[in-house]
Amino acid sequence: MSEEKEMITGMEAPMYLTYNFTAGGATTRFLAELRNGKLVGQECPKCQHVYIPPRGSCAACGVPTVREVELTNKATVQSFTIVYIPIPNNPIKPPYVIANLMADGAHQSFLHLISDVDNADVRIGMRVEAIWKAEEEWTHAMENIQYFRPLDEPDMPIDEIGRLKNA
Amino acid sequence: MSDNNKAGVLAAVVGVGQTKYQTKRGDVSIAGMVREAAVNALADAELTWDDIDAVVIGKAPDMFEGIVMPELYLADALGCNGKPMMRVHTAGSVGGSTAIVAATHVESGVYDRVLTVSFEKQSESNAMWALSNPQPFSPHLNAGAGGYFAPIIREYIRRSGAPLDVGIRVATKDRIHGSKNPLAHLQLPDITEEQVAESPMLWDPLRFLEACPSSDGACAMVIVNEELADKATKQPAWIRGTAMRSEPTMYAGREEVNPQAGRDCAADVYKQAGITNPREQIDCAEIYVPFSWYEPMWLENLGFAEEGEGWKLTMEGVTSLHEGGDTPWNPSGGVLSSNPIGASGMIRFAEAAQQVRGECGDHQVPNAKTAMGHAYGGGAQFYAMWIVSSEKPE
Repeated sequence: MSEEKEMITGMEAPMYLTYNFTAGGATTRFLAELRNGKLVGQECPKCQHVYIPPRGSCAACGVPTVREVELTNKATVQSFTIVYIPIPNNPIKPPYVIANLMADGAHQSFLHLISDVDNADVRIGMRVEAIWKAEEEWTHAMENIQYFRPLDEPDMPIDEIGRLKNA
Repeated sequence: MSDNNKAGVLAAVVGVGQTKYQTKRGDVSIAGMVREAAVNALADAELTWDDIDAVVIGKAPDMFEGIVMPELYLADALGCNGKPMMRVHTAGSVGGSTAIVAATHVESGVYDRVLTVSFEKQSESNAMWALSNPQPFSPHLNAGAGGYFAPIIREYIRRSGAPLDVGIRVATKDRIHGSKNPLAHLQLPDITEEQVAESPMLWDPLRFLEACPSSDGACAMVIVNEELADKATKQPAWIRGTAMRSEPTMYAGREEVNPQAGRDCAADVYKQAGITNPREQIDCAEIYVPFSWYEPMWLENLGFAEEGEGWKLTMEGVTSLHEGGDTPWNPSGGVLSSNPIGASGMIRFAEAAQQVRGECGDHQVPNAKTAMGHAYGGGAQFYAMWIVSSEKPE
């Protein structure tokens, strides 16, 4: 059976995707303020929770969020993981810490890097601050913040993370 | 919320077909792979393609294989010429949602026999990459699904005070279960807790052996109405209840460790099936556990244990088939042993059906009469569950 061919079990077929992201009103405001070195959230008029990044509405109450709230550079670690897995083309060298961070005055966490600390010292409740890139590198991206690093402050009690002050 | 328990017609699973799950099925295309599962399900049901009234298909995001709308070219492989075909998509829970759509097709009385198939051929692309796309409003951290779920697991451990080896125990148990299932991808009959503990950390606190593999495979079922199920040669798996729930990925105050949508979905499906005490009334369960710690977390979410106590059932061996536990979870080896993502939910539903049909061979739970199938997906925001029984409902 000389004609018998080996089975073709795979052919490379690369796919490229260039995506044009339509930001919408709330994200446009958020990205524009990031470009100015500011973190700005939006407050729900009903439950008073502050969203960052804001999406223009509160998914819990189903109402538009209008009032903008400028947040400081300070945040608390709500939870985290240490990433060891090597992922192709990842510019960040493992092991690195990614954390769910609750910015002061906000009530929904976002993910970012934690650095300038021994990975083993990162803990839930740890206080951290944003380290921004040099101003000339700022674009419309959360990457304007290089990473968060520990603050010399006592940990936040865990049941207060992301909770309304008077709740 | 409307009462979901309005089904007019009883439905039952009368045929199940699966492929062997493995890293790469280089011998078949996607079309060949889904057809293999479908042909197996038809043979099990002792039916032919002509008997099928409609086909419901499911898979996870198109990015997983890089083929947009694969269902378009699978219509002929699944015998859909001149028949209704529908695709379902709810991320990782899709296999469960697809089975439920097929079941409700029959329960509605519109179709008598429905074929449902779910699949993933992960070897054709890179799911880790597909799950790590840059978002304009978020830093690109390249962490994949484990990077999303590991912080939630860490918070579960903190709240419950669970000892750190609970995940290791689940990972070992499910692989021993999987070694009794010839279709399972990972075959690790001699695995030890030491091996799991020594495997490389991927996303602290999750180790390599505490995470699911990446698999190729497909699963299919034939679901028919009461009249036809009564005539089936083999034992039917009667569908006692089906439920789906969803919630947004993010909102202030969202409970990520014990999600509301999961609790509501379980309450709904239990109500339909007349279950008031899942631990006692459910003989075994196939629950979507892609990372070891999700077993204790879902034991609590699904009401098998009080909040904060799920890990104790795991540690006592309650969920272990080989240790004689009274409520084995994932006797097939679960998602931790085989994970063709789009099919994983349907495998849970199908394995639950096979248990009550008595078709599970070496991983059969003795005298299993009532079983639960469960799937979750997205940012733990989509849920699909069903309860099946060897006994026909009143």
